[in-house]
Amino acid sequence: MTSRNINFKHRVAVVSAGMTLFRSRMLETPQELAWLAAKQALDEAGLTLKDIDCVVIGSAPDAFDGVHMKGEYLAEGAGGIHKPTIRVFVGGATGVFVPIAAWWHVASGLCKKVLVVAEEKMSHAAKPHTQYVFRYIWDPIVEKPLNPNLIWIFAMEMHRYMYKCGVKKEDIALVSVKNKRNACGHPSAQLCMPNITVDDVLKSEVLVWPVQLLDISPTSDGAVALVLASEEEARRITDTPVWIKGVGWTLDTTHWTNRDLAYPEYVRRAAEMAYRMAGIDNPRKQIDVAEPYDPFDYKELHHMEGLGLARKCEAPVLTREGVTQRDGDLPINPSGGLLGVGNPIAAAGLMKVAEIFWQIRGEAGARQVKKPVYTGLAQAWGDLMQAGTVIVMGI
Amino acid sequence: MRVGIAGVGWFGFQPEVVDYSFREMMFKAAQRAYEDAGGLDPRRDVDAFISCQEDFWEGISIADEFAPDPVGGAMKAVYTVTGDGLQCVGQAYMMIKSGLFDVVVVESHGKPSDVVTLNEVMFTATDPVSLRPLGLENVHALAALEARAYMARYGVEEEHLEAVVEKAHKAGVKNPRAVYASPGRSRASTPTVVDPLKEADIAKFVDAAVVVVLASDRVVRDFTDAPVWVDGVWWSTEISTLEYHDWAFPHHAREAADGAYMQAKVADPAKEVGFAEVDNRYSFKELQHIEALRLAPRGQAKELLADGAFCPGGRLPVNLSGGALAEGVPFEVHGLARLSYAVAVMKGDFKAEVDRRDVAVVHSWRGVPTTTSVVAVLRL
Repeated sequence: MTSRNINFKHRVAVVSAGMTLFRSRMLETPQELAWLAAKQALDEAGLTLKDIDCVVIGSAPDAFDGVHMKGEYLAEGAGGIHKPTIRVFVGGATGVFVPIAAWWHVASGLCKKVLVVAEEKMSHAAKPHTQYVFRYIWDPIVEKPLNPNLIWIFAMEMHRYMYKCGVKKEDIALVSVKNKRNACGHPSAQLCMPNITVDDVLKSEVLVWPVQLLDISPTSDGAVALVLASEEEARRITDTPVWIKGVGWTLDTTHWTNRDLAYPEYVRRAAEMAYRMAGIDNPRKQIDVAEPYDPFDYKELHHMEGLGLARKCEAPVLTREGVTQRDGDLPINPSGGLLGVGNPIAAAGLMKVAEIFWQIRGEAGARQVKKPVYTGLAQAWGDLMQAGTVIVMGI
Repeated sequence: MRVGIAGVGWFGFQPEVVDYSFREMMFKAAQRAYEDAGGLDPRRDVDAFISCQEDFWEGISIADEFAPDPVGGAMKAVYTVTGDGLQCVGQAYMMIKSGLFDVVVVESHGKPSDVVTLNEVMFTATDPVSLRPLGLENVHALAALEARAYMARYGVEEEHLEAVVEKAHKAGVKNPRAVYASPGRSRASTPTVVDPLKEADIAKFVDAAVVVVLASDRVVRDFTDAPVWVDGVWWSTEISTLEYHDWAFPHHAREAADGAYMQAKVADPAKEVGFAEVDNRYSFKELQHIEALRLAPRGQAKELLADGAFCPGGRLPVNLSGGALAEGVPFEVHGLARLSYAVAVMKGDFKAEVDRRDVAVVHSWRGVPTTTSVVAVLRL
């Protein structure tokens, strides 16, 4: 891994963040959710829509909101009317990708202040369960006729990781326990379980072995927004901008059956791109806090290793030793992650970026990690287990 | 930093591509684009890839999963824009200008022949609370309302629509991929779909894929000796609540054009632009878009068209390709179809009656019920 830092003419900062509650079956429409988050971010920055040059929207499958051309529909709630508005999309990895796309809107010099909005409303799209949307993500010729369930392939991945690294379910359950407890400090959290134990996770309903109910994040509705600004504008808006230091993303082949299920190579490559830009050559030492994507508890471990925050198969050890606790040496998902805060797909990823913003500014309240935070990382994952998106932020 | 087009490839433009899947169409178009870019190797030479597509058109949830492999982008920086292909060009333009990348590939594909329930899918793009419960049986009714509003405000008559249709089909004859070009066809004799729109006023759908290679001025000459430069590209979305938008004038196209002209330093487009490729998926839209792009004063496109200004060989030819009326609408490929035709004309690959090939403006609109336009200014 090289330490060459890429210097850009235009530095880009996050200057504010907003977030709705994450809940199942919110009464607001998708447009209203988007606006609630956007308004918060604008208010915090002391801006109105008139000040915004461009809008970047992120939302995962259209079928969740049940609207074709969802970007057009969400433009109104996201404040994108009479502006250059775009919707970008990499499945579940979208949430961290939206600020990446917004980054080049500013870094190119074409936009100065960009509103970034991620929204998802998972609870009303498919009956009887959100999982039905995932029945249409497969190769239409080879895989769809088998009618696979998404949890099946995650069960395979989890099993493979456990086998290859010799990880016990108890070790993986520790992640769920940590994150669902951490979520108690988050005012938007859907699941706060202060007394949850490893035993609770191990005794929860088996969905597809080894995946159990409490290994999984809930389905949620919600929205998150950020305002990004050029250096000059950021200095006018706030005394404490948080700089985007590195961005990276990778999509692996569609053929997930050809992949090493025990190690997310696509995350490693995405991280390498972001680290090179940020001048990071030892992430374990240089990253103070991280929010890796944790829709399943084993994914936090998987992603820590892909991100170079742990060596291969080392993440369960670090978790067991308490290194990843909020007061540990490398706090991981102090927000409570998807397992605790909730999982409105695209909004969940952007929630992680917002959390790093708040952690770096020292504004995370009860969730603030104990050690000083200079550099943080957020990461998301998606598609057919093939997309990795990484953003590195710092003071 | 300037951004140039290093290569373009297209495949399809057939009412139904029977023998190839959408992935094979993408592959074919990519192969041709890479060949056009001097035999570029996507695994070695390309930094990032963008695909413009929409889930519901694909019939796949999270359709971006299928983007990497056919264009040679697996395990590289790939993502999807849910918008017209020309919006992908806008993103690539920004990505290169940011300094992060030198070569970015843009792809879009559409296979309408695979969609059984086109009207229903299109109608699912309307607001689920206010408009969708009305259950319009024909989504073209929304365009018909716009046509009536435009015609009433600016005194446009059906004879002007006839002139647009006639021009499109005549021009399309010289466009090798305009499968619907039918110069002898009379608009008046086609049945009314939704008054005032007759069947000939509405572009048909077509299966197609287009891939474009964009590169920074630092490296573009590694791939081509004669790049076509993208000197400005911008887009805008008008209000998505149709009840509130201006039915008679496409402000989204005006705003997109103004942004693109500002970047490209075009002060008087009607004088400075050599030719234009604009959306004409409905005949009246060509007139609307000519005016929105400042190629004619508001309400005067009809007279200038009658004078032959926008015809092949005219003062400012518009849609030398025949546009969507002659080529068809390949979903989100529409903008790249307009761009690829303009590039081919500028480079002399497609023969066209035009005096000035050095500056072209390209426009795309996403069709009803959307209110987004994209405009790009191209220069030799």
